[in-house]
Amino acid sequence: MNTPWWRNRRLLPLLVQAVVGLLVLVTIALLLGNLVRNLSAAGLLLSWRWLNLPAGFDISETLLPFNAELPYWRALLAGLVNTVRVVLIGLIGATALGTLVGSAAFSSNGLLRRLSRTYVELIRNVPLLLQLLFWYFVVFLSLPNGTAAIQLPWAVLAKSGLYLGSTQLIDGVWHGSLRITLEFAALLTGLIIHSGAFIAEVVRGGVAAVPRGQWEAARSLGFTPGQTLSRIVLPQALRVIVPGLNSQYISLAKNSSLAVACGYSDLYSVAETTLNQTGRAVEVVLILLGTYLAIDLIISLLMNRLNQLVQIQER
Amino acid sequence: MNHRLLPLASRLRRELFATPLDGLISVGLVVGLGAGLQALLHWALTQADWAVVQANSTLLVVGRYPLEQQWRLWLLTALLCGAAGITWGLLRGRGWPRSDRLAAAVLLVLGVVLPASLGLTAPIQQRWWWITGLLLLGRWAAGCWGAALPLRWRRLLPLAWPVLYLLGLGLIGGGLGLMTVRPSQWGGLLLTLIEASFAILVCFPLGIALALGRRSALPLLRWCSTLYIEFIRGAPLITLLFLGQNILGFLLPGGLAPDRVWRAAWILTCFAAAYVAEAVRAGLAALPRGQWEAARSLGLNMAQTLLHVVLPQALRVALPATVGQFITLLQDTTLLSLIGLLDLLGVARAVMANPEFLGRNAEVYLVLAVLFWCCCAALGLGSRALEHRLNRHSLRSEP
Amino acid sequence: MALRQRLLISLAGLFGLALAGCASDEGSLQSQKMALIKGRGELICGVQGTLPGFSSVEGDGSYVGLDVDICRATAAAVLGDPGKVQYRDLNPSERFAALASGEVDLLSRNTTYTLSRDAAGGNGLSFAPVVFYDGQGLMVPKASGITDIKGLSGKPICVETGTTSELNLADRMRELKQPYTPLKFQTSDQTYAAYLQGRCAAVTTDRSQLAAKRTGFPNPGDHVLLPDVISKEPLAPATVNGDPLWSDAVRWTIYALMQAEELGITQANVEAKVSEARANPNLADLRRFLGIEGDFGQQLGLSPDFVVQAIRAVGNYGEVFERNVGSGSVLRLERGLNRSWKSGGLIYAPPFR
Repeated sequence: MNTPWWRNRRLLPLLVQAVVGLLVLVTIALLLGNLVRNLSAAGLLLSWRWLNLPAGFDISETLLPFNAELPYWRALLAGLVNTVRVVLIGLIGATALGTLVGSAAFSSNGLLRRLSRTYVELIRNVPLLLQLLFWYFVVFLSLPNGTAAIQLPWAVLAKSGLYLGSTQLIDGVWHGSLRITLEFAALLTGLIIHSGAFIAEVVRGGVAAVPRGQWEAARSLGFTPGQTLSRIVLPQALRVIVPGLNSQYISLAKNSSLAVACGYSDLYSVAETTLNQTGRAVEVVLILLGTYLAIDLIISLLMNRLNQLVQIQER
Repeated sequence: MNHRLLPLASRLRRELFATPLDGLISVGLVVGLGAGLQALLHWALTQADWAVVQANSTLLVVGRYPLEQQWRLWLLTALLCGAAGITWGLLRGRGWPRSDRLAAAVLLVLGVVLPASLGLTAPIQQRWWWITGLLLLGRWAAGCWGAALPLRWRRLLPLAWPVLYLLGLGLIGGGLGLMTVRPSQWGGLLLTLIEASFAILVCFPLGIALALGRRSALPLLRWCSTLYIEFIRGAPLITLLFLGQNILGFLLPGGLAPDRVWRAAWILTCFAAAYVAEAVRAGLAALPRGQWEAARSLGLNMAQTLLHVVLPQALRVALPATVGQFITLLQDTTLLSLIGLLDLLGVARAVMANPEFLGRNAEVYLVLAVLFWCCCAALGLGSRALEHRLNRHSLRSEP
Repeated sequence: MALRQRLLISLAGLFGLALAGCASDEGSLQSQKMALIKGRGELICGVQGTLPGFSSVEGDGSYVGLDVDICRATAAAVLGDPGKVQYRDLNPSERFAALASGEVDLLSRNTTYTLSRDAAGGNGLSFAPVVFYDGQGLMVPKASGITDIKGLSGKPICVETGTTSELNLADRMRELKQPYTPLKFQTSDQTYAAYLQGRCAAVTTDRSQLAAKRTGFPNPGDHVLLPDVISKEPLAPATVNGDPLWSDAVRWTIYALMQAEELGITQANVEAKVSEARANPNLADLRRFLGIEGDFGQQLGLSPDFVVQAIRAVGNYGEVFERNVGSGSVLRLERGLNRSWKSGGLIYAPPFR
């Protein structure tokens, strides 16, 4: 019996793949061809030499020393360091907040339980950008200045920044052992509160996945509810929580690019300035995409290692 | 009296004061929440100035849509509400169960009380009354006589919505004798809804195709889909939008690149498709392999297996995650304001830049937050209701 | 296996063909841009959109301003109708990419003419004549008591990102060896919002723009411009580098507005001047300028009467200036450097010959 060619089990997959491959290749070729043609028409052929030219602009706050004489790649590096800084602190803060709120969903206190739900539902349904703008333009920019600044035992909140540690007022200007700019503070607050809600959901799901019997067994052995949660249930819940945390961490890293809305000089914001001053759109976008991809991969790798650890402990 | 109060008291005691620590936490929370609520009320009633929202309500809702063409948007709203009423009626039939009566009451309040309390002009208030009336009339009429319609007509109902959507886009954009209103003139809530609805509608099939591609037995398909999904998921949306605004023009032959608004819509679509694909893939993965084999051994071909056996089950599992992505997508439209488009947030920021309303950020952000919250929460509720319904059906159909 | 290899080879061949096909159509002297604009029947003009005097939106959605008038004049010269313009609001960050990728035909968005923006190895733009000579200034709240740039040492300064302002500020502060904190925002809206909320001690940009923005402040008198002018800011429209014919058309349309001021031709008397030139064959200069004699329009790829169309649409340069930023506007800027060369300014059109 002769099968027609379109029923041929060996030819058909090859044919389908060939057609798809051809389509993809032709599309890529067309796009690249256009790119090269349009770029050369605009006199902007791909080149990386501009990375070594002096940037000529300043960056408001950097961990790496930076000034306008240093080259563009140093500016981008300073931006990257700023991004890493906010992401790292954000990760820690959001994890702490998320764990607290997620655990509160299992509290014996009804008010605390409901508050935890309300917080999650409130934050998850409002866009992050809106929250960031709110924190910066409404909350932090309306802080008073000088002697009217809000003074707490361990910190001073003023329009010129948040001062931690030992603080004093000299000539109407606050000084402290650690100063945090309003831009950084607003971005960090927004990211922690937003990601905290999502992480709380992950934690809640993880804890809910632990069999009820574990709670009861621990209680009958005389553990307090707090001890039960922290010593018995959370360690077991980690197995479910860690994979969920991975994707939340990645989205926090990506969301940090919204820094541009509240004036913090992260990688994206510096890249945008660089694009303007050099006109190198394609190169800048390539750098951006590559860097964020690398950050995501690093987070994924680390979380996978952590996941392995958690899973091994389980056995 | 006493025995009705008692359970409440004991419940309160159990919930709030079970242990001394619980009591302490409860008292602390009550005091803190009370203070916060009082401060908020104090601000909302004495310090807030809602003139900024009232004076710019048209701008916030439709942006720079030409004033003399706005009747088209009213017509579209009326059509949509009418269709929604009829669909509602056809689904529910003659009776008015309690949930429907409740929904009708809420709609009446929204349509009558809200426009009045917002201080809108009389003609606009009346238009809202008419539209609410139309919705409820559609519900009532379709409920009474819907069952009498021939089955073939009722089958057309799912088709009516896509047609209405295209008609709506036509009404908004113009052409065919209507004055064209360019996408650059769309703005505010209108633009946000257009972008979000377009991206949701198109990213769904795209995401299913990508998910199938990623689980395909053909290596090339698998690699391409995986590469695409991982690439998109690795990049922040803002860099992709930035790419769309700054590089797409280079990638396409001169003049062929779509308008900025549509360009952003396509970027949103391609972005969301990768995430929807992952949600659908999880649904596919949850499906026992036997389902495929059983369907194939019954003599169904690939397409039939997919359409009638695999996808319906996989999508049911993927529903909550998929709707979650749609909610995220709706929120992500706010990023359009960062690339210079006048979506709801973009218009709001332009309004706040107006020196007349300087420092009125809190009011505007609050209104936007409430609006987004309601839309997203409604989507979430709808998804849960649908999930419930589907699960009930699946249980019933099983022997 | 053999089948697979053959498939791969033919795929590679097709890929090569596609690449070759993409690289071969170039090099005719026709203006693609102008053909595109005429085909579309509309000029797409990139503007700022929220800058009173230069480009802003009226209540009815129409655009007005000096930059806008340049767009209108160009549309009149190319298409014969000043209304055939589609405006795009652009951020500083996106303006050059929008021009380079062909999203806008003409960038008329208070853009400073600089070497690196002009050079093929830089942004690769082609600049039209300068339509506004400006300088960068600083604005501070009067109550701060700061009187010059030295008083801003160590203070935060708000600046829009992607502008020459941020570069000039960096240069000037480096010269003065003064520390400062640049707070950068994407849009002018955010920049002024942060300034007015007191986050920065000063805001810096072109002086005309500061003056324009100040008119909209709740209490304009509470803010002062510092006397320091920290840079030269010649603002000019720009087109993409690769289309000399199109750039020439824009360039000479703008020169025509300046020449018209020298010749005393206004929006009101342009028709009279045309009939006067028609009637009198001895007015050779005027006849050539107005397209009654010679083929200037044709040389540029425009209609013979493009000058008349442009003047009819917006008037001469002086009228454009006064109406939008000068005595006829809320900004009330002095003409200063922007006077015609005949009255001691820098506005000078090369001969129409």
